[in-house]
Amino acid sequence: MSSSTEVATPRKTALNRIHREMGAKMVDFNGWDMPVEYPPFGARKSGGLVAEHLAVRNSVGIFDVSHMGDIRLHGPQALAAVQKMTMNDASHLEIGQAQYSALLYPAGTFVDDVIVHRLGERDYLLVINAGTREKDIAWVRQEAKGFDCAVEHLSDDFTQIAIQGPNGWRVLQKLTDADLTKVKFYWLTRGTVCGLPNTLIARTGYTAEDGFEIYVPTDQATSERVWMAVVAAGEEFGLLPCGLGARNTLRLEGALSLYGHEISGTITVLEAGLSRFLKLDKGDFTGRDALLKQQAEGIKRTLVGLENVDRGIPRDGYTVTDLGGASIGNVTSGSPGPFLKKNVALAYVPPKFAALGTEVAVEIRGTMVKCKVVPIPFYKRPKRST
Amino acid sequence: MAFPAAYKYTKTHEWLNIEGKTGSIGITDHAQKSLGDIVFVELPKVGAELEAGKSFGTVESVKAVSEMFSPVSGTVTAVNSDITATPEKVNADAHGAWMVKITLKDPAEANKLLSAADYEKFVAEEQH
Repeated sequence: MSSSTEVATPRKTALNRIHREMGAKMVDFNGWDMPVEYPPFGARKSGGLVAEHLAVRNSVGIFDVSHMGDIRLHGPQALAAVQKMTMNDASHLEIGQAQYSALLYPAGTFVDDVIVHRLGERDYLLVINAGTREKDIAWVRQEAKGFDCAVEHLSDDFTQIAIQGPNGWRVLQKLTDADLTKVKFYWLTRGTVCGLPNTLIARTGYTAEDGFEIYVPTDQATSERVWMAVVAAGEEFGLLPCGLGARNTLRLEGALSLYGHEISGTITVLEAGLSRFLKLDKGDFTGRDALLKQQAEGIKRTLVGLENVDRGIPRDGYTVTDLGGASIGNVTSGSPGPFLKKNVALAYVPPKFAALGTEVAVEIRGTMVKCKVVPIPFYKRPKRST
Repeated sequence: MAFPAAYKYTKTHEWLNIEGKTGSIGITDHAQKSLGDIVFVELPKVGAELEAGKSFGTVESVKAVSEMFSPVSGTVTAVNSDITATPEKVNADAHGAWMVKITLKDPAEANKLLSAADYEKFVAEEQH
């Protein structure tokens, strides 16, 4: 058994003490000291990555996602600035609506993927990744230059708590006066949550499941109080606290991109298969020219889903080969899928290997393990009436 | 979880249970806990020669791959197919879940391994 070591002095969220108290295994994630999983602890009878993953698919789980960042753009030209710096078309957003989008470099590659929330008439909130925070804020400030629009970095103003799973709305409904049945997926509202007025409540998440994310003040007492209230409200539903381990396997089953893996500063939107969020006809925006050019010329690699044919677990970074053993690409994310009960991987390969059913191999510790291309997402949540 | 006093241990978190000339090898309860949910175990074939300190197989949890290192040298006489079929049994009972049995090449090699008390101390120190 080989063991890994931890990095020194990472940042802490306001819920750090609670994670440790709940017995979480902590890891350094992009410079943040975060829970990776919560094994059974005290009165909690089940736990660990697989139990957490299944709790979210079948009922509900709670995540601390306070490491995510937030940038607010507001002012007369806020929309124009958002349109220039993101790839999706924000002009269609109604107040209270959100969309998946991305900040792009001129090359059509990713600064970061973001969720754009329209908070008000001329008021937008970009939710960004933890590992790209500083780069993103600098980029957004530069992109917003020349627009009559204020840029505020609010990352340290929110404890962001995700309540995910089909029973997520039932748990949160016990704690808020906002009528959650009126909030559609990728919409947001404001309401009193645990006595905190005007709390931002968004029906978003990163689990390929229904769920909510709430934004509460970052002081430790308030953050802990809200967390514990959600945990208590979720008890009747078998709610589990969930770490980054389950967050990763949940998003992978849903084939949701992770920065530094499926998307990065060297991968374009077209290669990443995110064209449905790319609105080339909305007018000029950063990255558009390069993407139009690439669209005309064709892409040299594309993201595919892989499933094992032979035994073995394809993981992040493993080499993908053709059946003759020649290297054709690499796995960006790979793991056992706890709900699907099979091993799934996302990988970049040349387009000629992307047809469904194509057989390729993944090199696992010197052995070629046969895999085949399958549709993504690997998991799609069933339609529900709420 | 107590570490069985009759076993010997490595600093890489394997245990060795010697009965006569045969040794059973598994991973410790501490190891299974730090790995999390175990989903895949890869073991050598019967007849394989294991060398002390060298990798003889891998154990994978959902999130990590970890190699297993043989506590002593010897020839594999049995492989626990129950564990390769249901790897979660390692989480349930790590000290009962033997991976391989070997015929010891040199029983004196085991003297270099840790006692249960020393291993427990080692684990406590490692967690600091």
